[in-house]
Amino acid sequence: MTAIAAATVASTLAACGGGDDGGGSSSAEGGENEASDTGVTADSIKLGAHYPLTGVAAPGYSEIPTGVKAYFDCLNQEGGVYGRDIEFIFKDDAYNPSQTSQVTNELVLEEEIFAMMSGLGTPTHSAVVDFLNDEGVPDLFVSSGSLMWGDDPETYPMSFGWQTDYESEGKIIGEYIANEFPDAKVGLFLQDDDFGEDGESGIRQYIDDQIVAAERYTPGNTNVGPQIAALKAAGADFVVGFNVPSYTALSQLTALQLGYDPQWFYSNVGSDPNLVGGLLNRFSEGKVTDAALLDGALTTGYLPTVDMTDNPWITEFSRIWDECGGEGELTNYRVYGMSQAYTMTQALQAAGQNPTREGLVEAVEAVGSEWEGPVFAPFRYSEDSHMGTSGMTIERVVGNGSEEVQPVRITDIGDAEIEEFGGEAATPPANAIPDEEAYEG
Amino acid sequence: MSDLQSPASAAGKATDEAPTESTAGANAPSATAKAGRSFLPQSTLPRHLLVLALSAVFAVVLLEVSSPYQNSQIATLSYYAIAAGGLTVLTGMNGQISLGHGALMAAGAYTTALFLDADEPLPLPLILLASVVVATAVGALVGVAAARLHGPYLAGATLALAVGLPGLAIYFHDIFGGEQGMRVRAPQAPDAFESFIETVSGNAASSTKWLAYVGVICLLITYFFLANLVRSRIGRTWRAVRDQEVAAELAGINLGAWRVLAFVVSAAAAGLAGGVLAIVVRLAAPSGFTLVLSLALLTAIVIGGLGSLLGALLGSALLVFLPPFVTNLGADFGLNGTEAAQLAPFVYGVVLIVAMIFAPAGFVGTIRLRRMTAKAKRASAAQAKAAGSNGG
Repeated sequence: MTAIAAATVASTLAACGGGDDGGGSSSAEGGENEASDTGVTADSIKLGAHYPLTGVAAPGYSEIPTGVKAYFDCLNQEGGVYGRDIEFIFKDDAYNPSQTSQVTNELVLEEEIFAMMSGLGTPTHSAVVDFLNDEGVPDLFVSSGSLMWGDDPETYPMSFGWQTDYESEGKIIGEYIANEFPDAKVGLFLQDDDFGEDGESGIRQYIDDQIVAAERYTPGNTNVGPQIAALKAAGADFVVGFNVPSYTALSQLTALQLGYDPQWFYSNVGSDPNLVGGLLNRFSEGKVTDAALLDGALTTGYLPTVDMTDNPWITEFSRIWDECGGEGELTNYRVYGMSQAYTMTQALQAAGQNPTREGLVEAVEAVGSEWEGPVFAPFRYSEDSHMGTSGMTIERVVGNGSEEVQPVRITDIGDAEIEEFGGEAATPPANAIPDEEAYEG
Repeated sequence: MSDLQSPASAAGKATDEAPTESTAGANAPSATAKAGRSFLPQSTLPRHLLVLALSAVFAVVLLEVSSPYQNSQIATLSYYAIAAGGLTVLTGMNGQISLGHGALMAAGAYTTALFLDADEPLPLPLILLASVVVATAVGALVGVAAARLHGPYLAGATLALAVGLPGLAIYFHDIFGGEQGMRVRAPQAPDAFESFIETVSGNAASSTKWLAYVGVICLLITYFFLANLVRSRIGRTWRAVRDQEVAAELAGINLGAWRVLAFVVSAAAAGLAGGVLAIVVRLAAPSGFTLVLSLALLTAIVIGGLGSLLGALLGSALLVFLPPFVTNLGADFGLNGTEAAQLAPFVYGVVLIVAMIFAPAGFVGTIRLRRMTAKAKRASAAQAKAAGSNGG
């Protein structure tokens, strides 16, 4: 990039009302915004996603798109990406794969989105992952910790994970227990699918000999009495749950009935104290009113949470939610959505002034591992891996918040070592809008 | 072809006894009664073949003038309509209620998924045929039990099937992939298909279009068979069992056997629908075959008109086209994405209630009922005028 080109383009862009969009990186291409690919026009980029907005999986998860949208709305007010507004369209699939397939057809064929981002759920998204890859639609930052999106880029070149995968999470939990609770008799409470399986295989790498029982529940069956009773009978005094929030509430209530009081450790997915507190209240018909039962339980974290009011990311996200969000409070699910939108903005900036679908994927592979943001640890993106972030803290639930008991440690799937993460926590740039350079290839 | 017409209906003498309202869709005016105005052949098979050919031409035109997204909606419509067609034969023609057709679809879908999972998959028609066979076998088992049950008891038994069968996929998760199901690699379109599309319209022969064609072909074949079956001696016997058990038994009809047959035919259609669903959705997972699917099929045939294939098609179309329409309408009126999404099930419920109040026999059934009433009035008026002195 020459200095002359940089100067001309900077002035052109300032005229578009952009100002600080993309900054110096915008100079790279030179020239005007073009409709460079499907879903991209001179002044907009269309992104799409599917979420359960109705039905059993809707509580909590339906808040994620509101966070994404609030972030993009504020970003658009500041000039968007290279002067383009981000248009974010999300559709309801009610957590039913056949509906995911229908709404994805609508997004790709009718709305003609540039890329899918943040499509939620393992069974739901696996119904469309082949279609998206066949059609060449970038499938970024799937909202699920399954390994499927990231460990095989040859089969799914367009798909990328985002959150810590369940296997890495299991490994970090396993190591922590081996170090801090070497005498604990550990019981596992697992969802009977990849979620529980991946978590179990990770945790067994470290404490296979400490595990006295592994009980599985089937999602949809609300009676977990047999499983909890079996954990109690096996003498487990430390229970690790790889389960969704409603089963955190169910396991707590069942344990209360059985007079069973082990040390609980819930994986990140199932541990949001606000949501679990609400569910406890509902399931117990008002007999348990908040998440006090969860007090003292351990969990993991890869993102700042709303109770960390002095975290600069949370401060920025609160401001964004107040300015561009809708009704209600900033929740952890909205923080999750905003963080994904932040990463997406980094990806679009890196894809350059006139992005193409292939260019976007190339840029994420090439420079995605260098991005800093609200996520504690770096992403693992490369040509050989499309896995998301790899690091997690261990936290203890206190009231509706949590306190850190072990700083971020990072690892990878398989037999990769667990290491301490040496990096500093990133601080948000001005207005929480990233400024990534265009990747030149 | 899409009409399950009953030649033995009471069209000519409807004044004696009011037709059963709920199944009015199944009791169309007979062909002979219509023959004066109809340009279609009177004989069943040629008439259905003609309608089949016309429908096929219409389907090709529809698929070629519509957008790729509408193609995908038509593919979705086809699997709902195939299953609803089978169910409407069972419920409208034979008077049995099934809340378990979602599970029978699951049987077909998993069969297709397993066969397509092979290294060298069989040709697609054979795989779909296998899905039909498996679902038929399951249907026969259930049918044997169902033949002894009536009304709410039958509903309860089939409900258990709907809840229980998808659970098997979770229990045997090594074979069926558990909760996240089996991903299905949609079969590639043959070269002949591409050249066909090239000649017909010059559109791109995408995989979406291919799946839509597979769905529509299956739909047409199913409806052709069902329409013929219903117009045959089998259909007449089913209706006899439905309307008057005692009279049917006196006439030498083995009630149980005929009920099982109806269930088996209906299950076969559900199996094919499941197979089509698996390749269109590209996944067979328990969460795709919840009770909601079975209930959606039932509402589709009720709204469309029990016993009418055209009604089943219309009801399925409502299932497929109404939710996105309402969601987009809601978004246009300024609702946010979540509110607009929540509007769709609400409007569907309202449509169902309004249909029950104002058109209790469904779309097709209500229109037929009106026509039959009008005709009966004309007939009785003419009768009264001509033969008033005889006390007619």
